[in-house]
Amino acid sequence: MTRGYLVRGMLAGVLAGLLALIFAKVFGEPWVGRAIAFESTRNAAAGVPEGHAPVSRTVQSTLGLGVGVLVFGAVIGGLYGLVCAISQGRLGSLRPRGNAMLVAALGFLSLGLVPFLKYPPNPPSVGHADTLDRRTVLYFGIIAAAVALTLGCVVLARWLAARHDSWTSVLVALGAFVVVTALVMIVLPGINEVPGNFPAVTLFRFRLASLGVNLVLWTALGLGFGWLTQRSLTRSSTRRGPTAEASPPVRR
Amino acid sequence: MTASLPIEAIHEPLAIPEPIPVREWLPWMVFAGLLMLLGLYFVGAEQGAASLFGGNYVHEFVHDARHLIGFPCH
Repeated sequence: MTRGYLVRGMLAGVLAGLLALIFAKVFGEPWVGRAIAFESTRNAAAGVPEGHAPVSRTVQSTLGLGVGVLVFGAVIGGLYGLVCAISQGRLGSLRPRGNAMLVAALGFLSLGLVPFLKYPPNPPSVGHADTLDRRTVLYFGIIAAAVALTLGCVVLARWLAARHDSWTSVLVALGAFVVVTALVMIVLPGINEVPGNFPAVTLFRFRLASLGVNLVLWTALGLGFGWLTQRSLTRSSTRRGPTAEASPPVRR
Repeated sequence: MTASLPIEAIHEPLAIPEPIPVREWLPWMVFAGLLMLLGLYFVGAEQGAASLFGGNYVHEFVHDARHLIGFPCH
């Protein structure tokens, strides 16, 4: 049972990764290119010699980007599938596709949107090498906090739903999430290492593209996984139920 | 044409699946969690002295993916 969720999660993850890759190539790469051009111009002006690159730009922007996004999609997809296996039947009266979309939305919220708002992604040439360790810890720190808060609010919504109606329960839990997340964001230190003369449009477009990559990934993951799960369960119930097997295909 | 088919079967083709028992999924989740820590090591620390592969080839290879997915880089 869990096995099927993991397999479908990884499959949907690769498919979602493929769509996210196309989005990243079309909408993200041009701005990565411009940021690198800015870096080269700045280094040339400062008299910094061109370092030997172990991987060419062509490989980085095609094969490297592809492998990175697809592997990321498969990993996230597998984890997502396992979470769907746990949440199925435990979050209200959601059927597989509703469950898949809800978990995908929560995944985008805690792994995409919240870290984006506090520590937005940076194009090449933004960010100092000597603060990388600190930035990495803070980035994964806010992801850990967002995941913990999301789980907490899901538990809260379930607890409330046993006592009140679903609308009230979900809205109160969402409100609690927004308030506590805002507090966490206020407490955590901010990071701004954008050079003063860095083109604003490049920064804005790059960040928007990065958010888009995550949105495409999670949306496709939710839709793809929901469809695969629905199909799989319909098939297994058709195999079991003799009445369903005898029924002709339905035209609507 | 489809008169013999009960109307509920059209609108609700699936019953809500039963929750999978905790003991069924717990080992999977623990394993996935440990794998994720390993993944964090690769994304966060796979460079310099702690590198598993020589130099920073892997780091540079997935450079654009790291940037566009939103991980801190450089």
